Amino acid sequence: MSEANSKIQIKGLRDGLLVTLDDAPWEEQRAALFAQVDSQLEFFRGARLALDVTSQVLHVNEMVELRDQLSDRGIFLWAVVSESPTTEKTAQLLGLATRISKPRPEETRQYAVEDLGEETALFLNRTLRSGTRIEFSGHVVVLGDVNPGAEIVAEGNVIIWGRLRGMVHAGSKGNRDAVICALDLSPTQLRIADEVSATLKPQSDPKPEIASINHDGRLHAEPWTIS
Amino acid sequence: MPAEVLTVTSGKGGVGKTTTVANLAVALASLGSKVVCIDGDIGLRNLDVILGLENRIVYDIVDVIEGRCRLKQAMIRDKKIPELFLIPAAQTRDKNAVSASDMNRLVKDLRSECDYILIDSPAGIERGFKNAIAPADRVIVVTNPEVSAVRDADRVIGILEAEEKGPGSLILNRLNPVMVRNHDMLSADDVLDLLAVELIGIVPEDEGVLIGANRGAPVAADGKSKAGQAFRNIARRIKGETVPFLDLDSGGSLWQRLQKLTGRK
Repeated sequence: MSEANSKIQIKGLRDGLLVTLDDAPWEEQRAALFAQVDSQLEFFRGARLALDVTSQVLHVNEMVELRDQLSDRGIFLWAVVSESPTTEKTAQLLGLATRISKPRPEETRQYAVEDLGEETALFLNRTLRSGTRIEFSGHVVVLGDVNPGAEIVAEGNVIIWGRLRGMVHAGSKGNRDAVICALDLSPTQLRIADEVSATLKPQSDPKPEIASINHDGRLHAEPWTIS
Repeated sequence: MPAEVLTVTSGKGGVGKTTTVANLAVALASLGSKVVCIDGDIGLRNLDVILGLENRIVYDIVDVIEGRCRLKQAMIRDKKIPELFLIPAAQTRDKNAVSASDMNRLVKDLRSECDYILIDSPAGIERGFKNAIAPADRVIVVTNPEVSAVRDADRVIGILEAEEKGPGSLILNRLNPVMVRNHDMLSADDVLDLLAVELIGIVPEDEGVLIGANRGAPVAADGKSKAGQAFRNIARRIKGETVPFLDLDSGGSLWQRLQKLTGRK
């Protein structure tokens, strides 16, 4: 088995693991891969896995079997990279990515900012639909609506140039000075730092509003006026 | 010309996906198109029941995929409309018996055989749903004017966009004009306001739809039914015609109609 393991290289990627196999017969490669995975199941569980099979020729049944066996172990196979056009076509047929530089879109996005300081904002030029969750360590600006069932969690302020009907948490790391504004502030729930407000009712005649924590320490919203 | 593949989905269960597939299939076939419906709800099949073809099933979709029969053998021809075919789901297997590539392959073989392929998606957003949308050229999202159904439709549209299947077209099913007028139900405008997709049909609430489904005779074949008319209009829109939307608000009491005429409501 130690020889088998040496055929496999595992590398961490920005958003998962890259496993590279070599040209040995497929059955051997597969056995080696699962020996490796099963010996470190805790490490692999929940991982997003990209597989570089070099020049292996894989057909649909083999790839489906592999994907299902990985998925049984809680591993999500999202990409198969190959020099073989047949394998590449198989991967495309199964809806797997064939290039790992371009990750597939995900519903939950976590954007990391390390060196850009606190004045960083994430700009989203689209409507966030139900099931979308955005987490960001700076401010978030949305040019579009935030629909019911969508969530934004930001360490800074959140500005919605559109209708806010989902959930927004501003100042998520405890910044009580954070604000949330929207052209139509009708959220299912608002949070700033550790204050929660679910009592904001939908407006019949929507006007831009800004929500913040007032002097009494309560979350409240007031109309946005130009003055 | 190769067939156009339409997948009907919703996210939430019970909003009328299968009924919509059955009625659109009947309506399209009545307009002279050759239509094949595929029941994508493996393990919980019921498109065959609604089309009244249950007792004629010999082979199903899993038999085709696993090579136990030829494609033609699993295509059941409708009793009344010779242009309408059904490929039923398997009742005794589960959704893992079919993969997205199986669906793609099946549909590829069918494309040259007909004008429209209608796929009935299972509820939910898991594997069966992914299988059903994989071969789609166009996805039709069915929803009811209920907050929870609209929420699920929104989620499904988000997934369709992520899967690059376009935002889809919307059918608003079981709208009750009287309840809308009394502000007890979301209106079409409320729903569109949130979902922001193309609307291709509004089907009014009509007990005839349920009766037809129970009898295995979809209401789209009934010339008098308003819901049937709505489904026939959707079929014509699918074929590229411009058809005005039904005036669902013609009902109501004389007083309400007078109010409407005088613009007081």
